[in-house]
Amino acid sequence: MNRSGKTADTMEGSGLTISASSIKVNEATLDEDTLVFSITSQKLSNGMGVCVCRTYEDFEWLQQSLFAPDEPDLHGVIFPPLPAKLIMSPQSQINNKTLKQLGFLALGDCCRTYCEALELYLQQVALHPILSKNKALETLLTNTESPGKQRAKKGIFNRLSQVMEEKRKESHKDVDDFFQNERDNNSNMTALTKVTTERFLDVVLAEQRLSVASKHLSSSIQLWVNQEDSANAAFSKICLKTSKVFETIKRNFEKTAENNISTLGLGLDLQSRYQEAEKEMLFRRTCKLVELEAANKNTERAKANKKGIMEEVRNVLEKQFDGMSSMARQEVGRFHQSRVALLRTALVSWCEQQLNTATEIAALYSEHLEACQKLPEE
Amino acid sequence: MTAMKTRAAVIRPNGGRGSHDRPGASRLGPASHRREKMAAERDPPPPGDAGQARFGEAEDGEDLFVGAVGALESNPSSPEPASLPAEDISANSNGPKLVDSFLDDDPDDLFAEATEEVSLDSPEREPILSDGPSPAITPIMAPRIDSTLFDQALEEEEDNGDTFDICISVSDPEKVGDGMNAYMAYKVTTKTSLSVFSQNELSVRRRFSDFLGLHSKLASKYMHSGYIVPPAPEKSIVGMTKVKVGKEDSSSTEFVEKRRSALERYLMRTVKHPVMLKDPNVLQFLESSELPRAVSTQALSGAGILRMVNKAADAVNKMTIKMNESDAWFEEKQQQFENLDAQFRKLHASVESLVCHRKELSLNTASFAKSAAMLGNSEDHTALSRALSQLAEMEEKMEQLHMDQAYADFYLFAELLGDYVRLLTAVKGVFDQRMKTWSKWQDAQLMLQRKREAEAKLQYANKPDKLQQAKDEIKEEIVEWEGKVQQGERDFEQISKTIRKELGRFEKERVKDFKSVIIKYLESLVQTQQQLIKYWEAFLPEAKAIA
Repeated sequence: MNRSGKTADTMEGSGLTISASSIKVNEATLDEDTLVFSITSQKLSNGMGVCVCRTYEDFEWLQQSLFAPDEPDLHGVIFPPLPAKLIMSPQSQINNKTLKQLGFLALGDCCRTYCEALELYLQQVALHPILSKNKALETLLTNTESPGKQRAKKGIFNRLSQVMEEKRKESHKDVDDFFQNERDNNSNMTALTKVTTERFLDVVLAEQRLSVASKHLSSSIQLWVNQEDSANAAFSKICLKTSKVFETIKRNFEKTAENNISTLGLGLDLQSRYQEAEKEMLFRRTCKLVELEAANKNTERAKANKKGIMEEVRNVLEKQFDGMSSMARQEVGRFHQSRVALLRTALVSWCEQQLNTATEIAALYSEHLEACQKLPEE
Repeated sequence: MTAMKTRAAVIRPNGGRGSHDRPGASRLGPASHRREKMAAERDPPPPGDAGQARFGEAEDGEDLFVGAVGALESNPSSPEPASLPAEDISANSNGPKLVDSFLDDDPDDLFAEATEEVSLDSPEREPILSDGPSPAITPIMAPRIDSTLFDQALEEEEDNGDTFDICISVSDPEKVGDGMNAYMAYKVTTKTSLSVFSQNELSVRRRFSDFLGLHSKLASKYMHSGYIVPPAPEKSIVGMTKVKVGKEDSSSTEFVEKRRSALERYLMRTVKHPVMLKDPNVLQFLESSELPRAVSTQALSGAGILRMVNKAADAVNKMTIKMNESDAWFEEKQQQFENLDAQFRKLHASVESLVCHRKELSLNTASFAKSAAMLGNSEDHTALSRALSQLAEMEEKMEQLHMDQAYADFYLFAELLGDYVRLLTAVKGVFDQRMKTWSKWQDAQLMLQRKREAEAKLQYANKPDKLQQAKDEIKEEIVEWEGKVQQGERDFEQISKTIRKELGRFEKERVKDFKSVIIKYLESLVQTQQQLIKYWEAFLPEAKAIA
């Protein structure tokens, strides 16, 4: 799957020595209870390959490191969303809790989908004009030692919007139409995308069930023919053929589900999480706005002696807010470009893969039909 | 007992003494009295209470003996009551639920067709005859069918060159009447070039009970000679009630469609049988514009208890009859069919599960399509919005495809397997008939032996004046029983021969049926795939157009 629409792999003076498009999260292995991801990438200068092994904690460390609270402008950045942690049960079965939490990322063979999501995350960070300059990314990708040992500061990405008292602020009216629109759209789209993703997941799960049921049917017919005294040889032949037909049906569902997961499923999932990330950013800005407006009021109400201090405070906040807003504006523009490109890629590869599978299966069905027409009746 | 053949016997399987409820019930002419007397002479009165013949209101001339030819008569050495009517061989078998339905389509005769059904769940059920035809129909010819009839029919079939040319379709279900008295009438169209029909194209209207009536006539006529009579479709109280009360939802239309399809298959199977094709009942069913209602007015209690007694007696019978199978072929076949039955039931369950999953997929696809449409509507980016709307449309079309495919799964495979499970019950029934025939033959032999012993004893009797009379009587009886023994043996050989032929036919038909279904199924799969490919090909440019 092609990554974002940006053609340039690197940003000018980005500081990242790694080519963004070369970042690959290859596989995940289970080391006792922990999933270990193998990440490869290539140096820009000489194309030399780098390979590291990281755990989820390392990714978390990266995410935390990207956010620097003392850089107010950074609050206007839409941070690429990191998928939630994948807990593997001992039999590496997907349990319902994981499915609820991770959706599509929980499906696919051997965490393949999850690895892809992590890969996308790293690439998004590497492509970000500001974030890619953060040394933490370089460290994660190239350091021999795992950086996650350092306890990262927690809390910034604790969903502010989930704290009840903060929720009121979410609907606070904006001073800027652009942002008010954006907030409204985002709110609407986030909900719709989430629902669409869930429903698509239901489709995929139904396909998987059908695949299992078809396989079961195919095997039981096969078994029966093997055991049965072929008193009626012609009938046995028909049964064998039928078994093969159901095998093909199973293959159809299996492949269709796989295609769904790896293209549109992943795409919708990313879309959904990215929209949440935008929501977070917009909320941060709104909170700042509330702060600013409060400071304004305080300044107005302040008595002469306090007025100065209040003004100072207000000015600082205003500067922060403006800086944040201007960053946010850029980010929003970038976000929309990027998400459309992402969805386009997802839809195109979804369609192409499904078309391939459908053609393959159609050929198989036709073969079966021909063979069945030739079946003897005696 | 060639005399038996000439006697017209009306088959009323439930004609047991419980049938007093029927007004103007058949006071069958003189025949019944004679038969009754004969039967009374032949078979000793039932030993215990098993003779539920004493049902409160025992009727006099009422016909009690069904299948009067005797193939189904009780074994004197068993505790089975003598006056038990023939078994009910059910056409009806159930879907996955066991429903003991006494309802007909037409509930003014609430217990009209009190039949029991064969459940697909239970491993073994006795086949039961559905209620007999109205006595208003002219008495059917003696039920013992010569297997020469079969041979004849087969020969004719082969002679005719383009042999089997008949196509029956059941269509246009129409609700007649209102409320709980309503019923469904179907149009039965026959297209044929066979000479046995009066026209090349015939069309009549029939209701469900007519089909059941036809089946019960055929079953009572042919089954005990070893013919495998195709079972009629099952009844369903729930389904019919929904239709009656006018519930116009998808489940009641599905039900009507399912039934229509089942009735069609039933008729086709029936006419494929060379002997049944020529049966006047079948011809009348397909040709006459008016068919006398298949009515039987058994009280629920009467018929129901009688049936239970039948079943109980049969079960006992089965246990006590230990047949010395001289022919390994039959034993093999029986085992084979047991296995087949188990397999078919299992597969049927699996296919039904598949159908369920497919319907689920269809629903989920519809849901997804709706939310994709909403997403597309809210999307600002024009090209993306368009693509999403196209996606939603495409998914809607796919939902329909999935649904259609689910119907194919169902109507082709699930129903086929269900039909065969019911057919196998009929096959089992036929084996049971053979066993009964054998049993009757053995009993006749036993009786003959007793008579001979009695004769021998008479030699040493002390009362010379009565001696001659007794000797004469005994001699008469011996002749009678010798005849019966011969008849019994002939019957047994005949039924065995017929069964062999029938099974041969059954095997051939089985292959044809399954082959035709798998081909139809594949054709539907191919078609679905082609459609799918078209949809994807149409969507691709839309997706690529997103800038």
